[in-house]
Amino acid sequence: MILSKEHELMRKNFRNFAETEFTKEIQDELDETGEFNWEIWNKMAKYGFAGTKIPVEYGGQGGDTLSYVLMNEEFARVCPVLAIYANTPNSLGGGPLLACGTEEQLQKYLTPAAQGKKHIVFALTEPGAGSDPGSMTTKAVQDGEYFVLNGRKCFISGAPFADYAIVYARTDLQSKGPKGISMFIVDMKLPGVSCGKPEHKMGINGYPTSDIILEDVRVHQSDLLGPLHKGYAVAMKTLDGGRIGVAAQSLGCAQGALEESIAYAKERKQFGKPISYNQGISFMLADMATEIEAARTLLYTTAQAKDAGDPNASMLCSMAKYYCSEMANRVCAKAVQIHGGYGYIKEYKVERFYRDARIMTLYEGTSQVQQIVISRSLLK
Amino acid sequence: MKAFVCVKQVPDTSGKVAVNDNGTLDRASMATITNPDDLAAVEAALKLKDECGCEVIVVSMGPPPAESMLRECLAMGADSAVLISGREFGGSDTFATSQIIAGGLSNLGIGEEDVIFCGRQAIDGDTAQVGPQIAEKLNLPQVTYAAEIHKQGKTLKVRRLLEDGYMTIEVQTPCLITCVKELNQPRYMTVSGILHCYEKPYQVLDYDALKDEPLIDPSTIGLKGSPTNIFRSFTPPQKGAGRMLTGSGEQMVSELVTNLAKKHII
Amino acid sequence: MAFDSSKIEEFSDIWVFCEQRDGAIMGTDIELISEGRKLADERGARLIGLLLGGKGIGEKAHELGGYGADKIIVVEDERLEVYNTDAYTKVICDIIMDKKPEVFLVGASNIGRDLGPRVAARLHTGLCADCTHLDIAMEPYTDFLREASTIDVDHVTFDMSDTNMKMTRPAFGGHLMATIICPRFRPCMATVRPGVLKKAPFDETKAKAVEVERVAAVLNDSDIRTKVLEVVKESRKMVDLIGAEVIVSVGNGISKDPKKGIALAEELAKALGNGVVGASRAVTDAGWLTADHQVGQTGKTVRPKIYVALGISGAIQHKAGMQDSEMIIAVNTNEDAPIFEVADYGLVGDLFEIVPLMIEDISKL
Repeated sequence: MILSKEHELMRKNFRNFAETEFTKEIQDELDETGEFNWEIWNKMAKYGFAGTKIPVEYGGQGGDTLSYVLMNEEFARVCPVLAIYANTPNSLGGGPLLACGTEEQLQKYLTPAAQGKKHIVFALTEPGAGSDPGSMTTKAVQDGEYFVLNGRKCFISGAPFADYAIVYARTDLQSKGPKGISMFIVDMKLPGVSCGKPEHKMGINGYPTSDIILEDVRVHQSDLLGPLHKGYAVAMKTLDGGRIGVAAQSLGCAQGALEESIAYAKERKQFGKPISYNQGISFMLADMATEIEAARTLLYTTAQAKDAGDPNASMLCSMAKYYCSEMANRVCAKAVQIHGGYGYIKEYKVERFYRDARIMTLYEGTSQVQQIVISRSLLK
Repeated sequence: MKAFVCVKQVPDTSGKVAVNDNGTLDRASMATITNPDDLAAVEAALKLKDECGCEVIVVSMGPPPAESMLRECLAMGADSAVLISGREFGGSDTFATSQIIAGGLSNLGIGEEDVIFCGRQAIDGDTAQVGPQIAEKLNLPQVTYAAEIHKQGKTLKVRRLLEDGYMTIEVQTPCLITCVKELNQPRYMTVSGILHCYEKPYQVLDYDALKDEPLIDPSTIGLKGSPTNIFRSFTPPQKGAGRMLTGSGEQMVSELVTNLAKKHII
Repeated sequence: MAFDSSKIEEFSDIWVFCEQRDGAIMGTDIELISEGRKLADERGARLIGLLLGGKGIGEKAHELGGYGADKIIVVEDERLEVYNTDAYTKVICDIIMDKKPEVFLVGASNIGRDLGPRVAARLHTGLCADCTHLDIAMEPYTDFLREASTIDVDHVTFDMSDTNMKMTRPAFGGHLMATIICPRFRPCMATVRPGVLKKAPFDETKAKAVEVERVAAVLNDSDIRTKVLEVVKESRKMVDLIGAEVIVSVGNGISKDPKKGIALAEELAKALGNGVVGASRAVTDAGWLTADHQVGQTGKTVRPKIYVALGISGAIQHKAGMQDSEMIIAVNTNEDAPIFEVADYGLVGDLFEIVPLMIEDISKL
């Protein structure tokens, strides 16, 4: 796709930011400590990246989905975990609020999130409700002006430092499956809210993930988000936005791995010549680049379809997420292969790309869940 | 109050440099960037805007593609952009260039509280001449090599770098300041800035627009008006490669040190 | 106006602006006077220095004479003690308009590069910035081209009677060299890069014989629009790359442990004999060493007896600043690094392993 002048400039700007600010030191520190880097976060916030896709009236930048995709892609090309930083408020954090928040809720919660002053996380998954969120057991029982929440959410990205969580809980205890689920904006400082220990992850270290435990947490009814019992549909719609973000992150990760591989193949010499002279290597590079370009076209088209209100947008989001994330894993595996033994050593960037890519076919719906969404859409 | 910033689009000499057979630079095949010192000047002006709400106008002289650079400055936060462009201006040396830019600036109108910011020098020519020469032609005071700027009303306090220290200089507006890249870290563009940069005021001043300016005279602009000419340009020869030492680290070092000692170099 | 820079036949003599700071003559002035002597001889002209400063600066005239100046024009005025763009420009332009030199050379220091363009613009003449080589006569110029260019000089026809000063300078980060002339206006002006021209030996007889002419400054307070509030010498000692005989420079190759890399370079510089540490742009950009350490087109041009490049790939912009060194030793892990193209001795290997071995071997001598 030929990008507009504005979108070309966005790519250039995001790339310049990532290449300048995501230093090797910061990336190594993120991977070693697993801790959130506030300095880089504040820089992203300063330039409005936390609100790229959020409307101007709510403190955002008013960008379209393609702008948001370019940001995730360019950030992930240098450091996949840092793509998540700016992504969260634009997608899973801000999405449910944008979908059905009242004006008051938007001003109170979305604006500071878009400006990077507060963190909102998305709390859907439970230990027993992953791909099947309909089987969630977290409950919210009305008590006068309050709802009392009890339950446990798991794998919540950003939970340890979040200010607010969008928590999904069953409000209609009689209903089964996806019905009778509501959304609440939960202040993480409320009595009864606690976080589990941050998980030790394979990759994307530097954006802590933990459980959120809710014990008799009293949430005021003004923090009920959207209509009662109807939260599940919003969750699914939000996930579309999240999926396109993961697709972009996957694409960037693959692009980064390809560029590392090209440089290495030209530099590394065996049998008296650069290894790129061997077709076994150069053809791998050709395959990687071709897959990346195909994925990019699918992804950008999806971004435009989403903004245009295309009825197939939801399916396209799943397709993009499915294809890009699987593609990133294939590309990163080849990248490690091209690097030989060095690809297994932490000093080389592809080692981290390979580990980071692994999450991409898992979170925000596994590849198999995407296949379900796509096939249902085809067969309906 | 207005802050004018003079910027130049330059070939990125840190990357691959292509040279034509006749020894001139193959500009067409090279990536272009905004001259780094000029970006510091843009940032200095935008900081002033943050502090006192002045209007920031970026000005460049160059061919039409320089628009992309000016749009980037607008996306960073500048309010309007002016491109001085025309065949009559081509081939200008620093003298003629400053003559034209000074003519353009006086056409735009320089007020009592205005400041003109320039980069210290451009990486393609490295002359550092255009800034001071604009100041001379506009009869304004100048401070070059600025590494720190404070403005209070019509007074600017500037830290000016010397090789062995610095001077603090006080100067009244209107004046011209040339900035070094150590002055600041230029801001990035914002998403909303990019979305609107093609809607902000942008004007092109060509020869016809400027020909009534006293500074714009066919005898002082373009190739004909340039006091200096290129007598010859050439590529320097590569120094012949020396010896690559071989063997283990110990062997290489021992051969090196023995040779240096033999030649009485150490 | 009586002064007309286009009447070139009215102009004669080679002039050098002699910059002083704190009453001391700058090193580049000595280089310029030495070079100016050569040019004056080529042109059959006098070499005249222009020295501005506070009370007593005239005493420095003899020092300049010792390096070849025939005459020094001295302007003593307390308003000239510290450099000021407006005051210096006014005084210098007044004198030039009166006496009409054919050539006016200025050192390309931070002050010279502030002053030169301003003066040239006022006089309406051409100025070539940051020159690295100057000729007037054609013969030395063609000899220079033979050495310094890929031009096949013997198969090119030159107008050997050309008497314009030929000012050569690197352009585009050192990828190209350009020789500039200023044929239609006088004085022909150049700022000259510090450290590239050779200093002549000091001659006591000439020092005594130098003619001194004193000129009074004509300055009104309204001529001076800037005020110098303070002049601060940095207490931090700037590294003197230009005067050093041994330079050990570090590049991006130290990135895995910059502190240790720099310490090793310092140690090696010491072992090789009172050397100093230089750096490539990557290193100063990363903030591992301050900008005064930078060697290259945008840094300093050096020509030490020994130049050691550690972990420097040798981008042309770096090479432009060091390739005239007498002996170049390069250590780099990449055997294809361009630095090896200019090195007298190349060692492929990790500087963190090689340098300690070098220090050890040298200390055994």
